[in-house]
Amino acid sequence: MNLIQNFPFFSIILSMFSGTVSSVLPGKAAKWLNSAVIAVIAGLSCVLLVYLTLTGESYVYMMGHFPAPWGNEIRAGVLEAGMALFFCIIMLLSMMGGRKKLIEEVDEEKHNLYYILINLLLSSLLALVYTNDLFTAYVFVEINTISACGLIMIRQNGRTIEAAVRYMIMSLLGSGLFLLGICMLYDLTGHLLMSNIQQEIAVIVSQEQYTIPLLVTIAFMSVGLAIKSALFPFHSWLPDAYGYSTVSSAAILSSLVSKGYIFLLIKIFYRVIGIDIINGNKIINILFVFGIAGMIFGSLSAIKENDIRRMIAFSSVAQIGYIYMGFGLGTEQGMTASIFHILSHAATKSLLFIAAIGLTDVSNGSRHFQDLTGAGYRNKIAGIGFTVGALSMVGLPAFSGFISKILFAQAAVYTSGKTIVTLLVLGISTILNAIYFMKTVIRIYTPEKTEYETIYCKQQKEYTITIILFILLNLVLGLGSQPITDWIHSGLSMFS
Amino acid sequence: MGPNLLTNYGEAVAMILFVIGFSNLLLQKNLIKKIIGLNIMDTAVYLFLAEKGYIAGRTAPIVVDGVQKMEAYINPVPSGLVLTGIVVSVSVTALMLSMTIRLYRRYHTLDLDEISTRLKKEGL
Repeated sequence: MNLIQNFPFFSIILSMFSGTVSSVLPGKAAKWLNSAVIAVIAGLSCVLLVYLTLTGESYVYMMGHFPAPWGNEIRAGVLEAGMALFFCIIMLLSMMGGRKKLIEEVDEEKHNLYYILINLLLSSLLALVYTNDLFTAYVFVEINTISACGLIMIRQNGRTIEAAVRYMIMSLLGSGLFLLGICMLYDLTGHLLMSNIQQEIAVIVSQEQYTIPLLVTIAFMSVGLAIKSALFPFHSWLPDAYGYSTVSSAAILSSLVSKGYIFLLIKIFYRVIGIDIINGNKIINILFVFGIAGMIFGSLSAIKENDIRRMIAFSSVAQIGYIYMGFGLGTEQGMTASIFHILSHAATKSLLFIAAIGLTDVSNGSRHFQDLTGAGYRNKIAGIGFTVGALSMVGLPAFSGFISKILFAQAAVYTSGKTIVTLLVLGISTILNAIYFMKTVIRIYTPEKTEYETIYCKQQKEYTITIILFILLNLVLGLGSQPITDWIHSGLSMFS
Repeated sequence: MGPNLLTNYGEAVAMILFVIGFSNLLLQKNLIKKIIGLNIMDTAVYLFLAEKGYIAGRTAPIVVDGVQKMEAYINPVPSGLVLTGIVVSVSVTALMLSMTIRLYRRYHTLDLDEISTRLKKEGL
C-alpha cells in the first residue's frame, strides 16, 4: 500500500487529535496549531488529489484490517480529495477573516474551545467526505451537528442560544429520519458498507422486491439530509443561526456544514442507491419542487429583510434551493451543476459574510441598511469584497456564480419536461437576487454626510489579505471553470 | 398487509412510537417536552433495530462450548448499532438539556415561542 493512500485517514485523525490537544493549550497556541493543522490537511489533500488524478482511479482503504463486509472502510476518489482540499481552504480563509471579531466577541478563556470545535467540525466533514460506511456517516453527521451548535453558541447572548436550540431541534429531526433510513436499508440489504449495499439493491430492484420499503428508505434519507442542510420549508432556524453567531461561524456554517450533508447525499445517491435508480425515482421530483420553492421564497424573504447579515442568510436558503434543483433534474449535467454550485456558493457566501462584517464595523456596529449608507467608502476593501460577492451571486460573467447559472441552464435544456420551469425559475431568481444584492451595493456606495470612523487597509492586514484571497478564489472558479467541470465529471464517473 | 402487520407488530409499534416522538419534537412548545419527544423518537429506532435483529429461538453469538451451526446465533451488528446510537442520543440529549438550562436562567420560561417573542421585543 502506497503511503499517499493513508492520507485521508491521516487528515481525519490529525484534525481530531489537534482538537484534543487544543483543550489544554492557551488560546494563542491553539490558534497557531489550528491554522497549521488546517494548512497541513489542505496540503495532504492536494497531494492526494494529484496522486489520484495521475493514477486515474479511486481506491478503498481498509480500516483496522477487517476485510470488506465486516470492517470499516474509507474511500477516496478525485472528487472526495478535491472537496477536502476546498473545504480546508474555505475554513482557513473564514477563520482568518473573522479572527478580529472572534477576539472581540468571545471571552478570552473560551478561544481554545472555539478551535476545538473547528477541529472537530473539520474532522467530521472530512469523515463525511471520505467514509464508505453508512453508520459511520451517521455518527459523524451527529458530531458535525454538535460542533456546529457549539459554533453558534460560542458568542453568548440570548439570540444565539435560542438559534442554537432551534438549529438542534431541526437537525435532530433530520438525523432521526436519516438514522431510520439507514436502519431500514440495513434490514433490506444486510450491509452497512456503501459498495455492498449498492450490489444488494441492484439485486432487489432487478427482482422487483421491496419496492415500497426501498422508496420509503430513499425518502427518509433524502428528507433527513435535506432538513439538515436547510432546504426551503425547513430553514426557520437558519437566519438566526447565521445572523447572530460570530462571523467565522456564520461563514463556516453556511459554506461548509450544510455542504457536508449535501455531499453525503450525493454519495448516497451514487454509491448506495445507484444513480440510475434515483433518477428513475419520484423522490427527486419532490426535491426539485422544494428546491424551486426555496429559490423563490428564500430570495423574497431576503428582499424583505432590513438586516444585512440576515439578508445574506436568507440568500443561502435560495442557493441551497439551486443545489437541490440540480439534483431534481435527474441528469449528470444537473449533478455537475449542483456540485459546481456547492463550490461557488461556498466561496461566495463566506466572502459576503466576512465583507459584511467589515461594513457593519464602520457603521457603529449597526447591521441595518439605513446605517450602512456609504460604508463602502469607509472600509474600502470590505466594500470591494461585498461588491464582488454580490456580483457573483447575481451571476455576472467572470465570477463563479455565472458559471453555475450557465451550467444549470445547460442542464435544464437537456432534460425533458422540466426545461421551461427550470429556466423560468432561474430567470426569476436571478432578478430577485439582483434586486436585493444591488440594493445593498448601491446603498453602501451612496455618499453619506454623517461622520463615522474609517478603517484603512493598513489597519487590518489579515482581513485585507483574506478578502483578496476570497476574490481570487472566486475569479479562479469563474474563469477556470473548464478544468473544474472536467474534474467533477471524472469524480462522478469514479463514483460508480 | 393484515397478517404481515400481525407478525411484525414490534416494527409497527416502533414506527408509531417514532411518529409520536417526531411530532412531539417538532410541535411541542415546551423545551423539556421536546427533549422527551427526541428520546422517544430515538428509542423507537432502537426498538426497530432490536426487533429486526432478533430471531426467536437463537442466542447471541458468544461461543461457550464450541461453535454450533450458523442457525443457532443472531447477527450481533444490530445490537452494536443500538449501543452506538444510544451513546449518540445521550450526548445530544445532554447538550439540549444544558442549552435549556441556559435559556431558562435567562428568560425564566421553557416556552420556545415565548422566548422568541421576548427576543424580538429586546430588538437585539
